[in-house]
Amino acid sequence: MNDIHIPGQLLPSHLEQSPAVRARFDSLKAREVILTVSKLHKNFDTDGNTTVALKDINFSTHRREFLCVVGPSGCGKSTLVRILAGLEEHSAGDVLLLGQPVTGPGSDRGMVFQGYTLFPWLTVKKNVMFGLEVNGHGKLESDREAMQWLQLVGLEKFADAYPHQLSGGMKQRVAIVRALANQPRILLMDEPFGALDAQTRCRMQAHLLEIWRKIDITIVFITHDLDEAIFLADRILVLSAHPGQIQELIEVPVPRPRSVAQIVSAPFLATKARLEELIYSARHDPADEEEYPIMGRMTNVADNVE
Amino acid sequence: MARSTLFRVLRPLSPRARLVIGVLSFVLPVGLWSLVSYVPAVWHPQVMITDPGSVSYLDVGAHLTRAAYQSELADAKQEGRAPPRGVPANPIYLPSPGEVLKAFYTSFTTPPETRDGQWLHQSLWHSIQIIFWGYVISSLIGVPLGILCGAYAALARVNEPFIEFFRYLPAPAFGALMVAILGIYDGPKIAIIVIGTFFQQVLIIANTTRKLDPALLEAALTLGTRSRQLLTRVVVPAILPDLYRDQRILLGWAWTYLIVAELIGTTSGITWFITQQARYQHFPNVYAAIAMIGIIGLGTDMLLALLGRHLFPWDRSLAKFA
Repeated sequence: MNDIHIPGQLLPSHLEQSPAVRARFDSLKAREVILTVSKLHKNFDTDGNTTVALKDINFSTHRREFLCVVGPSGCGKSTLVRILAGLEEHSAGDVLLLGQPVTGPGSDRGMVFQGYTLFPWLTVKKNVMFGLEVNGHGKLESDREAMQWLQLVGLEKFADAYPHQLSGGMKQRVAIVRALANQPRILLMDEPFGALDAQTRCRMQAHLLEIWRKIDITIVFITHDLDEAIFLADRILVLSAHPGQIQELIEVPVPRPRSVAQIVSAPFLATKARLEELIYSARHDPADEEEYPIMGRMTNVADNVE
Repeated sequence: MARSTLFRVLRPLSPRARLVIGVLSFVLPVGLWSLVSYVPAVWHPQVMITDPGSVSYLDVGAHLTRAAYQSELADAKQEGRAPPRGVPANPIYLPSPGEVLKAFYTSFTTPPETRDGQWLHQSLWHSIQIIFWGYVISSLIGVPLGILCGAYAALARVNEPFIEFFRYLPAPAFGALMVAILGIYDGPKIAIIVIGTFFQQVLIIANTTRKLDPALLEAALTLGTRSRQLLTRVVVPAILPDLYRDQRILLGWAWTYLIVAELIGTTSGITWFITQQARYQHFPNVYAAIAMIGIIGLGTDMLLALLGRHLFPWDRSLAKFA
C-alpha cells in the first residue's frame, strides 16, 4: 500500500508503478481486446464550414478494463462515446467491437447518459426489463432477470416505483442495471454522475467499482472530474480540444482495491499533477486567460468582511 | 388573503384560494346577471303591463318601451280614463337567472310543441351522437397521422403544408358541398365536425410528438430497440399523457362546431330545440339549452381530467395542473 503523501515532499513520477500495479497491468493487457478504435475522425459540417471534432483517435481496451476519458470542454469526449455507442456516425476510421465494425446502436454496447433517461411511464422493474424484452426475451424470463439485477444493486424494494419517485442517485443505479441487463460487452458512461451532489457522487463511484468487480464488463467512462477519473480508472485517455485528439494515455499507478483514503496518496497526486499539467497547459482559450477586472469599492471603508 | 400572496408571478395559489377564486369565476357573471335582472333601477328599459286600464291595444304581460308607456299614461290621465299599470321590465330576450333555472327543469318536462318534434333529452342525445361520431372519425385518422408526422420528417413535409392551408378554410364553408355529397341528415353534420377538428388535430399531435425528449429515444436505441419498435415502445407511451390532453382540448373544439353543423341540411339536435324555442319566444328555454351544452362540455372535460390522473400515475405535469 502507498503511504499518505506528505506535502512538500517531491512527488514521484506518475510513471512509477509498484510491482503489484505493474503485475495488474500485465494481466490486464494479456486479456483479449474488446474495443479497437483506429484512425477515427469526426467532422461536423455547419453552414458549409467543417469543424474537426475528433482527429486521428487510436486506442483499444481490454476485457474488464476500466477506461476513463478526460479532457477540457469541447474536446469531443461526448462525441467519442456517442460514436462508440453508434448514436453518431464517424467521418473516417474504424470502431471495432470484438473485431466487428460498429454501424449503429446495439445491445452489445450499453450506455448510461448524464441526464436521467429512465422511461418515466415504466416502473423501475419494467425499465430494467425493457432491453431484455426488445431483444426477444419472454416476459417471465425478463421479469426474473430484472429482479436479480435490482437485487444486485439493492433496489428490489423499488421494483414497482416509478422513476419520478426515486432520488437522482437511485435513478442512475437503475440506469446502470438497465444497461447491464442486456449483458453488453462494454458499458459506455457519459458523465453519468455529473448531475449528482458531491456526496452521492462519491458513493456512486464506489458502488460502480463494486459492480464492475463482480461482472464481466468493460467500462468506458467519460468525465471532466479528474479525481473521479483517477479513482475509477485503470487507464485514462486524455484528450485535448480544437481539434479533439489524444494527448496521452495514462496508466493509473494507484493500486486496487481503491478507497477514498488514496486521494492523498503519492501515486494519486502524481497522476493528478500530470493530468492538470496536460489539461490546463494545453488550454489556450483567450477568454479564460483574460484578467478579471478589479472592482471599485462600494461599501463603507469601516465595514470589512475580511 | 393579502394582495402580496395572491399576485405573485408564476406562483401557485393555496388550495383555499384556488377554491374560492374558482367559485368566484362563476359567481361573478351570475351575480352581474342577477343585478341586471332583479334590481329595477338597473337597466330595465321596458315596462311590462300588469293592468291595461283603458288602453285597448294592451294586454297583461305585454312589453312596452318606457317612453311609449309614459305617453299612454299621460294620455289616459289627461282624458280622465283608467291609466294602464305596469312594472319595469327587461326585454324578453333577457330572462332572469331564476326563470332560466326553472327552465332547466320545465324544458325537460314540456312535451314537444309539434307532433314530429323531439323532447329536449332526445335533442341533446342526438347532438351528443353527432359530436361523438365526428370526433371519433377525426381521431381515428388524425391521431395516427399526427404521430407519424411528428416522428418522420418526410411524412410531416408531405402532409403539413397542405394541412396548414386547409385548416384556414372555415368548416361551415363546406356545408352545401357536404349536403350534396352526404344528403341532408346526419352525414353532412358529422362531416363538418370532422373537417373542423381533423386538420388542427394532425398539426397539434404532430407538434406534441416532436416535443418528445430525444434522449429517451437514444436510451432505447442503446438498449437494442430496432427503429420500427421505437414508435410503439417509446414514442407512443412517452407522449400519451400529452396526447390525452390534446384530445381533451380537441373535443372542446369539436363542440364549438356543433351548432353550425346542425344547421346544415335539416336542422336537428339541440340546435333544432334552440331555434324552435326562440321561435315561440321561450327565451328561458333557449338559455337553458345553451347552458346545457356548456355543462355537458365542461362536465366531460372534468371527468376526462380525473380519468387521466388515474391512467397516467407517472405523469408529473398532469399532477401540477389538474
